[in-house]
This record gives sequence, structure tokens and C-alpha cells, in this order.
Amino acid sequence: MDWPSRLTPAEYRPYTDFPLRYIQPGGNTPRVSRMKETVQLAIQVAAAQIKPKKRDYEANLVAVGDVIEQLETEAERLDLLVLPETVLTGYFLEGGVGEVARPADVVFQDLLRVYRERVHRHGAILDIALGFYEKSNGQFYNSALYATLAADGAPDDTAKLIHVHRKFFLPTYGVFDEQRFVSRGRTFQAFNTRFGRVGMLICEDAWHSVSATITALQGVQLILVLSASPGREFGGKTIGNLERWEVLVKGIAEEHGVFVVYAGLVGFEGGKGFTGSSRILDPWGKALVRAPVTEACIIRASIDLDDVTVARSATPLLADLEDALGDVAAHFQMLAHRPLTGGLP
Amino acid sequence: MTFSPLPVLRAPDPDPTSDQDLRINEPVLVEWLVAFLRDEIVERRGFQKAIVGLSGGVDSSLTAFLCARALGPANVIGVRMPYRTSSPDSLEHAQLVADQLGIELKTVDISPAVDGYLAMEPDADARRRGNVMARMRMIVLFDLSAALGALPVGTGNKTERLFGYFTWHADDSPPVNPLGDLFKTQVWALARYMGVPEAIVNKPASADLIVGQTDEDDFGISYARADRILFYLLRGFSPGRLVDMGFPAADVALVKHKVDSTHWKRHMPTTAMLSTTSINDYYLRPVDY
Repeated sequence: MDWPSRLTPAEYRPYTDFPLRYIQPGGNTPRVSRMKETVQLAIQVAAAQIKPKKRDYEANLVAVGDVIEQLETEAERLDLLVLPETVLTGYFLEGGVGEVARPADVVFQDLLRVYRERVHRHGAILDIALGFYEKSNGQFYNSALYATLAADGAPDDTAKLIHVHRKFFLPTYGVFDEQRFVSRGRTFQAFNTRFGRVGMLICEDAWHSVSATITALQGVQLILVLSASPGREFGGKTIGNLERWEVLVKGIAEEHGVFVVYAGLVGFEGGKGFTGSSRILDPWGKALVRAPVTEACIIRASIDLDDVTVARSATPLLADLEDALGDVAAHFQMLAHRPLTGGLP
Repeated sequence: MTFSPLPVLRAPDPDPTSDQDLRINEPVLVEWLVAFLRDEIVERRGFQKAIVGLSGGVDSSLTAFLCARALGPANVIGVRMPYRTSSPDSLEHAQLVADQLGIELKTVDISPAVDGYLAMEPDADARRRGNVMARMRMIVLFDLSAALGALPVGTGNKTERLFGYFTWHADDSPPVNPLGDLFKTQVWALARYMGVPEAIVNKPASADLIVGQTDEDDFGISYARADRILFYLLRGFSPGRLVDMGFPAADVALVKHKVDSTHWKRHMPTTAMLSTTSINDYYLRPVDY
């Protein structure tokens, strides 16, 4: 089957749209057929782990611009750049969130301005995903946006803010205090891009396997995990939280047969250091490239989204889940509607 | 038996004499603490140099080793601040560290300043005299910091912090501390790994505020036993559970009491809250904001 090497947004037809069409007991979704309706594409993806300057949005925009400009000088054109959670302000802000949070569209417009200042190649296009503190309708969120940036010469409607994911699971224990300062997002929503279908998770989202499961069931080929993970526990082969991440992102890729790009913040904030270790995993769970723990750097890889089909054909766990989804959903419904006991056993 | 029994693999019982849970990955930890010192001193605070009070003990020696690794020996200044009753070993061991690292070493005798004040308080007991010495050392350290443009780096470890075994707003006051989340036994392990001289690592820990004093005599328990109990207590295990695991009840009680009775020392002063913008109650900003 011949597929064009690249579809314009207008030509691209998503395979699955939200809400899911197959939540019914005994569904008979065909096994391993999903990818035949999507496009084969080898794309160039990168993750940049940088040390943000605390609360200095403008300085961090400049740093993102530096990354974009550096990547623009490389011979191989980049398609997608992923940056970590809260990369525009730093992570630990406490009540300072309200001073630095911005509407998603403002961040998008700022990124577009930076892109056009730094990239002068006619018609250049870059997709970008990054984390920021969002202000919306009087509330604050720990969010990630996905946008297509375009330089002069690209078609008029190319540059656009495609999606905003608001962190669903807010860590509020130990060193974390998120739910005190930001509101919780309420959806996992996959979205269509120039390349295929993508989902985003932010840090603790990925510590709950159900997040990646919901996202994968929406037909994604690529899951972006944006993280700011403070290092803790130094008794094992590597830092304790990294051992956990190793299992988590590998598990997401393997279980669902998806590519995973993990972008981790680096640098110390008030003694708490983030453990970088950004990586790009193929749908078999293998890390194609991996960043160091403490140094700022960029990793990149060429990935072929059609590998998702190959991986899932060998291990069709996602299709098995789709088949059983009605029963799985029934369990969740039962659990969510358990009777109130008023504190009595 | 009419059947051939299967082998039974049994999980080991908890071992209260094991250091398994306190083990550290030294190479990873050194890399981490070096990154911490570079980030916090140079990038966040804009200092090129660090100043460390060198007591001749393992904590300050290890801190100097880490600072030298992070900033380069030329950017680390060690300061000996002896009182006239301080052990001569303390001075010699600090010199050993400075020589091995090739860092600058200053010596400021705090005796005249301490004695000048204590002459007006001749009845001061050992505790008060020790506190005056500890506070005088911080006056020196912070003043030299201002004179030399070098950031004071703290040396307190987690065990002494949890036991409140320091002078409030003295030893604990330097703005950056690489060892504060390491138990004393872990400090010893890391010091050995980094090549801190054996004479320093192997000698009994002492605040050296009173002649012949040792930490473990002051505590009534060894660091090795205390650290294992602290490890579990801080993870939320109840004292009863620790006793069930085989830790002596008296040890558990002693350690828990030391922690519980010194919480205040690990906090800022208690301020009367009067508004909904009370600092650190309502107005919440991280230290590096």
C-alpha cells in the first residue's frame, strides 16, 4: 500500500476520535488492524532537558529558543521537539504559581514568536510539546501544550495550538504539594498531529498505569511523558525514582506498543535535583537513546511510527484489552459506585 | 511422608544488625552531590567560591572533599577555628584535609573572642560555653564569607540534625548543606569512598566542645544502632513494630525521644500568625524563588 510520505493536516484522517466508539461489553474490535488506516512515517523527534531559571519565563523562552536554533543548524530536519514539565518557570513554586502562570494561547504565541525570530528557513515547520503553569478561567494548572510552529513561507494555517493536557494526577505528598497550588485536569485526550495520533502525560500521570491505558485506547502511536522528577533514594544501582521511571516508561511502551518520548527536567531547586534521563523508547520498550542524569542536553532519534503495527502484531495486548474493554469498564463502574459506608465497616 | 517434599524458600527475618538499608551507591551519590553544589553555589547563587569550617572531623572533611570536586581546589577555603581547649588532633586532621586537597587553609583562634564574652559570664556551664563557641565560629565563618566572597557550606549530617545535636542557628545556619540528608554511618561510607584520610574516618566522632567528649557517649547509643532505628522510624514504622523486628526497646525509645524533643530546632522561629498573609503560613514561596 502506498502512502504519501507526509500528509497535510487537511488530508490527515484520524483513525480514532474521542469519545471512544467501542465501549460496549463483548466488543469485537479487529485485532491488529488499526495501523493500516494510519500513515507510515519516519519522523525525527528530540527531547531537550534543560535547567530552567526559577520563575523567569522570559529567560526560559530564550533557552527554548536556543535549543530550537541549535537543532535548526543540524543537517537532519527535526519534526518534533519535546521539553519537560514546567520548563518555562521551574517546578517548585508554591504560591508563586499565580505569578508565573499564563494562558496556553499566550505561551503558544510566545513560542511562535521565538521560533520565527530564530528560524529563517522559508516554510520551516516544527512541532513542539512542553510543560508550563497554565492560567485559565481563574484557575491554575500544571499543563503541557502541543503546537505546530511555522516560519515565514509556511501555509497560513500551519501554525496552531493543537492540544493542552492538564495534569490529571497531582502529587500531594512528601516533597510534592501540587494540589494545594494548582487544579486537577479531568481528561486524557489524544489528539491528531501531522504525523499521527499522540497523547501526553505529565509526571505522576504516568505513575498510574491507567493513564497510559486510557491514552493508548484512543489510538495513539506516540505518548509524550513530560516530567520534573526530583531524585531520591541513593541505595540502589541508580537513583530510586529513576529505577521507577525505568520500569514505568518501558511498561507503557511494551504494554501498548507505542513509542514513548520521556523528557525530564534537570537542575536543582532548593536542594531538590531533577533526574533528567530523557529517553526515546520504541514500541518494544527499548530505549533508542538516553540522556544523562544531571546534565542539560538534547537527545534525538528517527522513529518510524509504522513500527507500532509490527510491535502490536507480535504482542497484541492492546487489541486484547479492546476486546475486553466492556468488562473492564464494568469493573471500574462498580468500583466507582460502591456504597458509602459512613465510616462503618 | 508419602510424597517427596518440595523445597521451601523462606523470606529472611528482619535483621536489626544489618546495614543493608543504609547502604549507598557512592559513585552515583558523589556525582549527585557535586552537581548539587555546582548548581546551588554557582548557578543559583552566583558564587565561585565556597568556605568550609574544618573541624578535623569526618563531616567537614567530606564536605571539603565534595566542594573541591565540585568547584576545584582553588575555589575552596578551609577555616580552622580552634578554641584553646580544642584537641590538637582536630587541627592536625584539618591540615591533612587541606594538604590532600590542595585548598587554602586559614586558622582563626576563637579563644579571645569567646573568653572575652565568657569573662562576663564566669558561671556558664559546659553547654552554654559550647553554644558560645559554636555561635562564635559562625560569626567567623560568615564574616570571612563576606570578606572573601565565598559561600559558607554547612556540614551537619542527618543523624545529628534528627537528634538536635547542634547549636540552633549556628552549625545549622550555612545556606547550602550537601550532607544533611545522610545518616552519620552513610557519611562515613562516603568519606571512605572519596579518600578522606583514615585517621579522620576512623576516630570517634566528637563535637570537641569539651575535652574528651564523644558524640556516642553524649547520645547513649552508637551511630550504627541509632541510624538503623532512625531509618525505620522516619519511614513511618511504629516503635512497637521496630521492637518486633528485634531492636531493643530502650534504644527505640531513646532515639524516638531525641527526635520528638528537638523538632523545634529544625524549624524557623515560631511567629504569631495574625493575618491571611502570614509568612510561611499563607505566603508560601520556595527558598530559591
